[in-house]
Amino acid sequence: MTLLLSVLEQGMIYAIMALGVYITYKILDFPDLTVDGSFPMGAAITCMLIASGVNPLLTLFITFAAGALVGICTGLIHVKLKVRDLLSGIIMMTALYTVNLRIAGKANLPIYNMNTIFDNGFINAIFPEGMSVYKTVIIILVILMITKYLLDGYMSTKSGFLLRAVGDNDIIVTSLGVDKGLVKIVGLAIANGLVSLSGCIFAQQQRYFDISMGTGTVVIGLASVIIGTSLFKKVTFLNITSSVVLGSLLYKGCVALAIRMGLPPMDLKLITAVLFLIILVVGMDRKRRGGRYVRTN
Amino acid sequence: MLELININKNYNPGSVNELCLFQNFNLKIADGEFVAVVGSNGSGKTSMLNIICGSIDIDSGKIAVNGEDMSGKRDFFRHRKIGRVYQDPSKGTCPSMNILENMSIADNKGKKYGLGRGVNKARTEYYRELLSRLNLGLEDKLYTQVGSLSGGQRQALALLMSTMTPIEFLILDEHTAALDPKTAEIIMELTDKIVREKRVTTIMVTHNLRYAVEYGNRILMMHEGNVILDKAGEEKKQLQIEEIMGVFNKISVECGN
Repeated sequence: MTLLLSVLEQGMIYAIMALGVYITYKILDFPDLTVDGSFPMGAAITCMLIASGVNPLLTLFITFAAGALVGICTGLIHVKLKVRDLLSGIIMMTALYTVNLRIAGKANLPIYNMNTIFDNGFINAIFPEGMSVYKTVIIILVILMITKYLLDGYMSTKSGFLLRAVGDNDIIVTSLGVDKGLVKIVGLAIANGLVSLSGCIFAQQQRYFDISMGTGTVVIGLASVIIGTSLFKKVTFLNITSSVVLGSLLYKGCVALAIRMGLPPMDLKLITAVLFLIILVVGMDRKRRGGRYVRTN
Repeated sequence: MLELININKNYNPGSVNELCLFQNFNLKIADGEFVAVVGSNGSGKTSMLNIICGSIDIDSGKIAVNGEDMSGKRDFFRHRKIGRVYQDPSKGTCPSMNILENMSIADNKGKKYGLGRGVNKARTEYYRELLSRLNLGLEDKLYTQVGSLSGGQRQALALLMSTMTPIEFLILDEHTAALDPKTAEIIMELTDKIVREKRVTTIMVTHNLRYAVEYGNRILMMHEGNVILDKAGEEKKQLQIEEIMGVFNKISVECGN
């Protein structure tokens, strides 16, 4: 039961990050490594703010904005300075390591006795005693649902249409008289905003920030996106963002299962990587047999 | 009025592969003209279109639209007044979006792409009507992903999308070349209909000499970055396909083909 709860909690927190990775990887076709820096940045900002007495709810919005700013930086490096997509992300990821240390002031910042979105006077009052085990998972579910519906809503706006078009066929965006670079920057901003928000929630659930907590975030995100989009492709009543959320839960479940089967927690990142490799290879095989249209250029 | 004045363009300047494409190239296209451009590969037809649209930069010269110099303006800015259809049918549409979404996004060209609803339900009937004029049955496939349509259907949609909003120029870059002969014929007739209806100034690059002779009111033949034949109005009407063929063969033989 505890295992299931922790998989649900972590899976849903990472699902918000995976939604961000979905925007960059699937929609923009941009493998964005900034994620490995913007996830811990969300955590660093959160712990710093909460430690200095800021309302935990407010940190959700602040971290999203900060993440968006980071996304804009990656976008500017790629679009304006014409640095390749992968390299732009690597530059930002490396730079953010220092930025995160500066924000937190040290490599590890716990917030054990502070109020968080999961543990404060108001929340403790509305949840009855017997429900307190489930309050974290319920709060995460609410935040995840709001995020998902906002993202779905954005995707059906005119601006969202452009975002979908730019990854599909950027020539048409130019044909429509719109700067495709700008659209990419907007996409990266939203994506990294979501990743940073996810880092914020993660820090409040774990009650600490650690400088190394971002390592491998992009792998978890990509794995979730690929599992979600390839496994649930045929399920028509699930839209694509729901599939990504389920992908994230499934992936977290697999990792937790591997640990439970007796692998030492030390091997966590290795398991993460190997599992991702398996998913990639299996995914490619499915694609080939499926005879889907292959995107040129 | 579109004017290309003293255009110079070199590819790979300073290297062994240096290729001088345009040297003091001049061209004037009046409002309402439908210009068919023919010429062998490497004669500079597509490069000329790219220069007009801003997809490639020029070394020197001036591109004037109604007297206003466009040569420093970015490509997306110039496209606000240009509709363009490419040879590759997948370039004019978004494959992962459905027909309705594709039409909606094209319908909004020139306006702001903000946070309003992407699909305007009230316009759906209008889109359906536009599609039904194509006679391809697309009006019943509004919710079909464009990626699953055939090349001809996609090209028809691309043509429709590029001419939905008010534009000053329509640029057609061998837009029938990737289609089978029958579909190419349908697309060409559709093009002619749209150009007549909208009275839009059109530049069409084609390898099909028959289309170049049959359609449009002006014909240009290009060779090695120069216009070697330019006939308009009555003169063009008199023109026979054999005549064009003769000139074409002559330049090709000179090249050693």
